[in-house]
Amino acid sequence: MVRTEIGRLQEHPIVDFRRGKEVTIYFNGKPIKAFEGETVAAALYAAGVRVFSRSFRWHRPRGFFCAIGKCSACMMEVDGIPNVRTCKVYVRDGMQVRTQSGMPDAEKDMFSILDDVIDKVFPHGSHYSKFTTSKKAREFMVKRMRKFTGFGNPPKAVFSGNADYEEIETDILVVGGGPGGMSAAINAGKYGAKVLLVDENPFLGGQLVKQTHRFFGSAKERAGTRGIRISQILEDELMSIENVEVRKETRVFGIYNGEAGAYQRIDENYGKLLRIKAKKIVVATGAYERTLVFENNDLPGVYGAGGVQTLMNVYGIKPGNMGLIVGSGNVGLILTYQLMQAGVNVAAIVEAMPRIGGYFVHAAKVRRLGVPIYVRHTILKATGKKSVEGAVIARLDDKWQPIPGTEKKIDCDFICVAVGLSPTHELLYQAGCKMKFVPELGGIVPLRSRFNETSVTGLYVAGDVAGIEEATAAIMEGRIAGIHAAVTLGYGGDEAKKELDEAVREIEEFRAGPFGERIVCGLEKCTLESEVML
Amino acid sequence: MKYLERGYLERDELPPFPSEERLKKKAVAYIECPQPIPCSPCYESCPANAIQMNNINDPPKVDYEKCTGCMKCIRVCPGLAIFMLRLRDDGKGEVTLQYEFLPWLKKGDIVKLYNRKGEEIGEGVVNWVLPPERNDNTSLVRVEVDADLIFEVRAVRPAGWER
Ligand SMILES: Cc1cc2nc3c(=O)[nH]c(=O)nc-3n(C[C@H](O)[C@H](O)[C@H](O)COP(=O)(O)OP(=O)(O)OC[C@H]3O[C@@H](n4cnc5c(N)ncnc54)[C@H](O)[C@@H]3O)c2cc1C
Ligand code: SF4
Ligand code: SF4
Ligand code: FES
Repeated sequence: MVRTEIGRLQEHPIVDFRRGKEVTIYFNGKPIKAFEGETVAAALYAAGVRVFSRSFRWHRPRGFFCAIGKCSACMMEVDGIPNVRTCKVYVRDGMQVRTQSGMPDAEKDMFSILDDVIDKVFPHGSHYSKFTTSKKAREFMVKRMRKFTGFGNPPKAVFSGNADYEEIETDILVVGGGPGGMSAAINAGKYGAKVLLVDENPFLGGQLVKQTHRFFGSAKERAGTRGIRISQILEDELMSIENVEVRKETRVFGIYNGEAGAYQRIDENYGKLLRIKAKKIVVATGAYERTLVFENNDLPGVYGAGGVQTLMNVYGIKPGNMGLIVGSGNVGLILTYQLMQAGVNVAAIVEAMPRIGGYFVHAAKVRRLGVPIYVRHTILKATGKKSVEGAVIARLDDKWQPIPGTEKKIDCDFICVAVGLSPTHELLYQAGCKMKFVPELGGIVPLRSRFNETSVTGLYVAGDVAGIEEATAAIMEGRIAGIHAAVTLGYGGDEAKKELDEAVREIEEFRAGPFGERIVCGLEKCTLESEVML
Repeated sequence: MKYLERGYLERDELPPFPSEERLKKKAVAYIECPQPIPCSPCYESCPANAIQMNNINDPPKVDYEKCTGCMKCIRVCPGLAIFMLRLRDDGKGEVTLQYEFLPWLKKGDIVKLYNRKGEEIGEGVVNWVLPPERNDNTSLVRVEVDADLIFEVRAVRPAGWER
């Protein structure tokens, strides 16, 4: 078992962590030190908390996974309100946080005995086939089983909040303030369109805020510059355009015939319901992380790669002492390097494909620091009781089956799953866009024109939500969507049209290499023929 | 493309070596970036037009005769794939590489030398450093090594470092 050292990084070669004022929060009644600006989940992690919840059915311990509000593994009761994603709320002095699925709490859950018993009597998944012979028996059992699940308790606090209603009219609404969204807003705004950009986070930058490494691409796309700086450059540019308005902590929950509904959080007790009437909408909501099937993949200590990046690079919290990385795409490779920069060792990188998925130069960077990369290998299981204490990996044969006898035990106290992202497409579905499953683009994506307009007229996409690519591509797509939206509203004239052509040409060139082949192939499957002529 | 199964280049996959004569004149950029990826800041930063690249996906090739050793490319390479190499008259060799770890290295530090596979291959002395604050926290570190190691040393860590 690996010793787990916890706490906050005091220094880092790239990032200067500026922490807010020290505050105290209460976790299941125990005081815990935290700093303003940290999320509850991050502060708990820094204090050594690993079990965030218990699984609904068999009371298995669960930790956090995504750290960006998309997986629900971190839900707790906060100040009396149940089912709060603790990775999305920020600490405040005196805050009361409780685990909600477990007796007496998630850490020491007396029902967890079920998990051991049930594994023997009812192996995982057997509840789908047992007790199904008679309807009565099934109904009875379903009721019992639901009783065991912990969906939180009814709210105990009196809601003290207050909300206003505001109607906003704008030319273009941009949903999402990552590189894709910011670029769309900049490029529409600079030609004079009135733009409103909203993001649910209290900061702009999307995924870029945790990319401490220098980026690829051409100098024009600011290659050689760190992701965190690119984020700042884009934000500065955005803020310098007068006709662009930015609202942070504003989450769009629906798009209805060109109107969007959003909730803007102003402070703890005050918010605004927004009805946004926009002539054009650009959706740039990014992506969420995929998980992988292996034994014990729900054990605390199995994290999404982005979750670990957020913890480490945004909040300066050490995820553990020894990591195992599953997946050798750029995300897995870069994360490995970033972990080493934070003084965390990486035991190995495991890759199921016969070769490394990401850029060779990224692989070489960690390989020469002694991190083994096992291609044609997979993770069989995570080991440990309440959190990860190790892993077992094995070699794969040509049919992707583990070869018996090749199992290898790896000592590690956390495992990062870096097996890819899926577009955050819910808003597009809801808005009525025609969608298609395109594996090359990472999942379900909208059909779109060359100018990134979807099948819903006036609704554009940019960045990872349109297909998993890169920030550079997201910036280029945002530029295309933003200019096209502005031009069709009558802004910009010939100059804008010229820039649009240039932007389309540049992205084609960017995707012309072998790494772009997959994307191009995917795009062919979802390109709309009809496009608005200029 | 065997190197993608291993994560490091073998001798036959490396770019051609600069001549001994050239290596003795002054430092020269040696680029280990064999794969077509959409990346070009090295090419764009080179004032001497010593780096050839037909399009953004083309792997860079250095014209060693044109390279002036100005180090513009090694400062920006996101792949940490560029190394400045030199042979000195006194029979020692020098390798300059990008370094992004704590503690920052200083002139005079003794460092462990690692090859592409991460194997320890000796010790060297840091004889010049471009401090991190001068290059957005990517420090450049030049180490003095045995002459026959300049095509081997690809990473350094402080003497006490353990994986
Ligand atoms: C480890 C790692 C390394 C990477 N390295 C590189 C690299 O070297 N080079 C490179 O080019 N790219 C890199 N990338 C990829 C790059 O970060 C992403 O492709 C890029 O951030 C995608 O931009 P985006 O604007 O589409 O989405 P995001 O950056 O994900 O931004 C989406 C934003 O939308 C917001 N949002 C979502 N839903 C809503 C809603 N309903 N209402 C309001 N706001 C909402 C989110 O909060 C978020 O801020 C890397 C990614 C990772 C994970
Ligand atoms: S060292 Fe200077 S001259 Fe030589 S390749 Fe690099 S940028 Fe060009
Ligand atoms: S900048 Fe570095 S990674 Fe990019 S092409 Fe040049 S050598 Fe390769
Ligand atoms: S929702 Fe909080 S960790 Fe995923």
